[in-house]
Amino acid sequence: MNMSRGRYWLYIPLFLMTLFYLVPMFIMLNTSFKSFSEVSLQTMWNLPSGLHFDNFKEAYTKLAPHLWNSIKLVIPASLISAMLGSINGFVLAKWKFRGSDVIFPLILFGMFIPYQSVLIPLVQFMRSIDLYGGLPGLILTHVIYGLPITTLTFRNYYAGVPTELIEAARIDGAGLLRTYWDILLPLSIPSFVVVLIWQFTAAWNDFLFAVVLTSPENWPITVALNNMAGSQIIAWNVQMAGAFLAAVPTLLVYLFLGRYFLRGLLAGALKG
Amino acid sequence: MRFNRDSALAVALVSPSILAVAIFVYGFIAWSARVSLSAWKGLLPDYTWAGLSNYAGLLADPRFHIDVRNTLLFTTLFVGGCLVLGLGLAILLDQGLRGEGFFRTIFLFPMAISFIVTGVVWRWLMNPAQGSRLSGLNLLFDNLGLDFLINSWHTTRDWGIAAIAIPAIWQMSGYTMALYLGGLRAIPDEVREAARVDGASELQVYWHIILPLLRPITLSAMVILGHISLKVFDLIVAVAGKQLPLDVPAIYMWTTTFDGNFYGRGAAIGMMLLLSVAALVIPYLIYTTRNEAQL
Repeated sequence: MNMSRGRYWLYIPLFLMTLFYLVPMFIMLNTSFKSFSEVSLQTMWNLPSGLHFDNFKEAYTKLAPHLWNSIKLVIPASLISAMLGSINGFVLAKWKFRGSDVIFPLILFGMFIPYQSVLIPLVQFMRSIDLYGGLPGLILTHVIYGLPITTLTFRNYYAGVPTELIEAARIDGAGLLRTYWDILLPLSIPSFVVVLIWQFTAAWNDFLFAVVLTSPENWPITVALNNMAGSQIIAWNVQMAGAFLAAVPTLLVYLFLGRYFLRGLLAGALKG
Repeated sequence: MRFNRDSALAVALVSPSILAVAIFVYGFIAWSARVSLSAWKGLLPDYTWAGLSNYAGLLADPRFHIDVRNTLLFTTLFVGGCLVLGLGLAILLDQGLRGEGFFRTIFLFPMAISFIVTGVVWRWLMNPAQGSRLSGLNLLFDNLGLDFLINSWHTTRDWGIAAIAIPAIWQMSGYTMALYLGGLRAIPDEVREAARVDGASELQVYWHIILPLLRPITLSAMVILGHISLKVFDLIVAVAGKQLPLDVPAIYMWTTTFDGNFYGRGAAIGMMLLLSVAALVIPYLIYTTRNEAQL
């Protein structure tokens, strides 16, 4: 009944919307693969004469150091905030202490604040501890402002683990750390994947913190790309190839780990 | 005995994070609030008390009026567009058609990339050049015989910010779709069947049964999209740079603080953004945590 013939018209809006979502992707790749001689804006929609890599080469020479900065930034930022989030989530879900129910929503609110309301103190603070301009300060910033979402994800996950399991471990003489290490941690590998993907994507795609806190040689890819796009000298075709290079890592993560990616997205809106 | 020691350990394990959030979120907000009440204008910090003069200055500032108007317009179009498109796509995908997974992947992938990448690509799609220099979507419209669609996008007088909502919807509507699809999947089939048995048409089932059940999802989506919209910054910068007709509070905050060194005013804009986000998010947080407590 569901697949009766009359329902095939439903594919029409679906295909039209597919075009809407794919057109920017198409134009980005279409342009990137053209040779320098065929990149006129007026022939934007014509297919390339073959697969040329001029644009990618040019974009890569300009952006390579910044791609590396991004990699050096996102790996520690996501690992550290995932570890801390896991410990916080464990304590807040299973080892409640006085005031922990008040503290949790207070931490959560940090996820929503517009960072413009902390930007000036953040810069002053980073200057005062000499972390302004470089990557360590940006990593620290991502770790701390990532804590609300990582704590939330892990807390919701651990809340679903039966308390009897913890009680049983306690009767067997396991303390808090042993319970965490032997029981909760192995159970939470899927949550780690979710949180790591989320933090990786957030840090890779961030622009605001990076543009405020880093000096040009430490710019991650987003800031470098935006700077490239704003300049009059660098041709639009090179910008397109650069945009593609900047998008590839998170797109790959999405394509291969999409299920976990989606779970991370929903964690922010719905409760586990 | 051991229990007490573990309780102390539990507190010790979370206290670095709590301390960090206390300083970086609440401490910095308080510090910003103090700056917003100061006369700090220049490279060196100056905490001379200035009362509410920075706020009063903003309320009388024509540029800030443009910002508020742009934000309201952008938010309405962006949130409305994402909700309508997201719900429509979710309902289409909930019909059990073949290829659902494929479509879902396509609709959601823009979520994975940054506003900067989106902005750079759409900057060229929304190229406003006219006449023989027609390019981007305008050129496509021209080739397809859809000339009436040709427009000047974000350079349109007074309505440029509406064009910025298009890439924003492109990026976030898949997320709204995923939220709604999750909600639709959670509605038991019996609910629909019962309505159909009672003689309700498919349209009536959606209008009278399904949509009311999806209200909590709509609320979540509005809060999430709304707070993203109030903070919009990267996307506009990447599409159009910093131009007055497309100005929003986040960009004003940026230019007045870090380009103009008017820290007092910048902090005041930050605080006003915070207040508007808080007005949206705090009732929502209370609502959801209270519901959770009832479970």
